[in-house]
Amino acid sequence: MKPINEVKINLLSCSSNESFARVAVASFIAQLDPTIEEINDIKTAVSEAVTNCIVHAYKERIDTVYITVSIFDNRVVKITVRDKGCGIDDVKKAMEPLFTTAGGERAGLGFAVMESFMDKLSVRSKSGKGTTVTMTKQLSFRARSNG
Amino acid sequence: MPVNIDVTGEVLTARLEGELDHHAAVAIRQEIDNTIDSARPTLVIIDFRNLTFMDSSGIGLVMGRYKKTQEIGAELHIANTSPQIYKVMRLSGIERLAVIDKGGYKNETNK
Repeated sequence: MKPINEVKINLLSCSSNESFARVAVASFIAQLDPTIEEINDIKTAVSEAVTNCIVHAYKERIDTVYITVSIFDNRVVKITVRDKGCGIDDVKKAMEPLFTTAGGERAGLGFAVMESFMDKLSVRSKSGKGTTVTMTKQLSFRARSNG
Repeated sequence: MPVNIDVTGEVLTARLEGELDHHAAVAIRQEIDNTIDSARPTLVIIDFRNLTFMDSSGIGLVMGRYKKTQEIGAELHIANTSPQIYKVMRLSGIERLAVIDKGGYKNETNK
């Protein structure tokens, strides 16, 4: 299916870009007039995906994070976050809530947040090649009011 | 600094401001821990009222402070979580460990 609108954002994996990434995606989706909750869900999921690239895929070294946001008919939004980092050996394990390989205070809930805040989440990864996270969300059809 | 800390008696209140993500968390964590170490409070309140966004980095921050307060025998309260913040928070099961006071916010995402 072809999107009716699309944007591609490539950014360097600086942690200061985490806020830029989620705000940029939210701005693009604003044309669908989503609810505040939908916008917040999407911002949170994007923040998790981009943080994973920075913390895990590139392990704090600077490389490129590739984001594609596509809008389809019927108010479906698809967001792809891709990196060319280290990849994930065991995707199933990585997606388990509370599992984390990062030390410090990472909660290990990144994928759990993406999964619960979006409708669909798929993770494709190849060790040493990189990871692609694809998330889709159906926005609600609410009655337009002037209020 | 995206956190404002005040100590009154044995109560330490840390008011978070702006957005809490992986980038912001490091400085906030250090600031709170330094003040806990010097003030030795019996109650730590993390106030989310002026926080406009939080991802799972916020859970890490709260979990870490929970451990820290346990170590010194203090209690941890979480105050004024907006619907967006509460929605992230409840994924962690932190409610079983710390008191969450949603303040004036209606619990509209609790579904």
